[in-house]
Amino acid sequence: MTLAKRIIPCLDVDGGRVVKGVNFENLVDAGDPVELAKLYGSEGADELTFLDISASVDDRSTTLDAVRRTAEQVFIPLTVGGGIREVSDVDQLLRAGADKVSINTAALNRPELINEIADRFGNQVLVLSIDARRAQTASGYEVTTHGGRKSAGVDALEWMSNAVARGVGEILLNSMDADGTRSGFDIEMIRAAREVVTVPIIASGGAGALTDFSAALDAGADALLAASVFHFGTLSIQQVKEHLAAGGYSVRL
Amino acid sequence: MIAILDYGSGNLRSAQRAFELTGHKVSLTSDAQEFLSADAHVVPGVGAFGACMEQLNAINGAQLVGQALQTGKPVFGICVGMQIFFSEGEEKGSHKGLGFFEGSVSHIDAPVLPHIGWNSVETDSELFSGVEEEMFYFVHSYAAKAAPRDSRVTWTTYGERFIAAVEKENVFATQFHPEKSGAAGAKLIENWAKKI
Repeated sequence: MTLAKRIIPCLDVDGGRVVKGVNFENLVDAGDPVELAKLYGSEGADELTFLDISASVDDRSTTLDAVRRTAEQVFIPLTVGGGIREVSDVDQLLRAGADKVSINTAALNRPELINEIADRFGNQVLVLSIDARRAQTASGYEVTTHGGRKSAGVDALEWMSNAVARGVGEILLNSMDADGTRSGFDIEMIRAAREVVTVPIIASGGAGALTDFSAALDAGADALLAASVFHFGTLSIQQVKEHLAAGGYSVRL
Repeated sequence: MIAILDYGSGNLRSAQRAFELTGHKVSLTSDAQEFLSADAHVVPGVGAFGACMEQLNAINGAQLVGQALQTGKPVFGICVGMQIFFSEGEEKGSHKGLGFFEGSVSHIDAPVLPHIGWNSVETDSELFSGVEEEMFYFVHSYAAKAAPRDSRVTWTTYGERFIAAVEKENVFATQFHPEKSGAAGAKLIENWAKKI
C-alpha cells in the first residue's frame, strides 16, 4: 500500500470557457470545461485544476458556474485558482463545488490571507502556487509575478517555508524557466524545494516526454501537473501512468 | 431520503450528487427534524477536528449526530465526519468527540503531510465488495490508529497504518472521501445504500 503519485491536468478557463487550444477529436465542444473535465476524469486524471484567467467580475461568475457544473458530474477532486483575494472568494468557490483553491499573487501581497483561509477552512483546501525562476537570491530561485515577467523580489524557498508555516497544505511549484519548453521539469528546483518543505509538492512546467514525469518524482515531487502535453494529445494520462507503473511508482490505474 | 448534515462551508455539492447516484433523494439540511426523519444520515466534515465540533455545536449538531447514531438507521461519516465519532481528537489541542467509537484521532507519523491523494486499502468488509483492490481519495493529517472494540476496520498505510474505514452496528464511516473517489467511491456508496 503506497500513496499514488498524482497526475493532474490543468485547464485555463476564461469566462467559463477553456482557452489555450485543446486539441481533441470526438469532443462536441472542446471549450466546455465540464466536457473536458469528464474526459480527463475518464482517462484517469487523479485531480483537476482550473486556472481562472478571467479579467472581469462577470466572467468570474461564469467560471463559478462551470465549477458548479463540473462538481456535479466529475467525482474527483477539483482545485480552482486565479483571482482569489479574500476569504469570501474561497467560501464561494468551495460552495460551488471546488475542493481546493490555489492562491498566488494575493498571498504575496498580503501573506496573512494564508492564515485566514487556513484557519477558516483548514490547510488541506489551500494550495500555494509559486511561479519561480533562477535568480541571484539566497536559494538561487526567486518568485515572479505577471506570468513570469516581473520579479516579486522574494526568494522562492524562503517564501515556501513562510507559507507552509502560515498554513498552506500543498505547494504548486511552477518553473518559469521550464514552462512551455517541454524539455522537462526543473529537477534541481524540485529537489531544493523538497529539502525545505514537508507538505506535498505539485511540480509544474516543462513536461514533454514520459521520462520527464519519472525524473520529477525522483526529485521529490508528490504530484505532477501539466497542460499542453495533455491538451495537444502529445501524451495521454494513461500513457504517463503506465510508464510510471512500469518504473515501479505507485499510480492509480 | 438520505439527509446530509449541512453545518459548515465545505464542498457538499459533490457529496449530494454522489449519493443521488444511488437513486435516493438527497437533502442538504441543518434542520434537526429533517435530518433525523430521513431514512439515512450522512455526516460530512472538512477542516480540523476542533473547528468541526465547534461548527457542529453552533447548530446543536453534536447532539443531533449523537441522536442519529442511536436511531438504528444507516449513518455514513466522511473524513472529519468520521473522526468526530471517536472519543477524542488531538488536532490543535485536545477535543472531545462523540465517543461512538472508542479511541483517539492523532497526528500521522509521516515525513510529508497532509496525506493527500489516492491510496489503497486492506479490507474484509462487505461494503467494499467489488472495490477491494481500488484506491480511494484521502485528505488529512490526523487519523485513528487502533481498532475500536466490536467494529470492523478497513486499513490503509501512509507512514504508519491507520483506519481508512470503520463500521459498527448501523454506522459506517470513512477517512477518505468516497464522493471524490470516482467510480470506486460511487460503488462503495451504492453498496452502503442497499442498507436503506
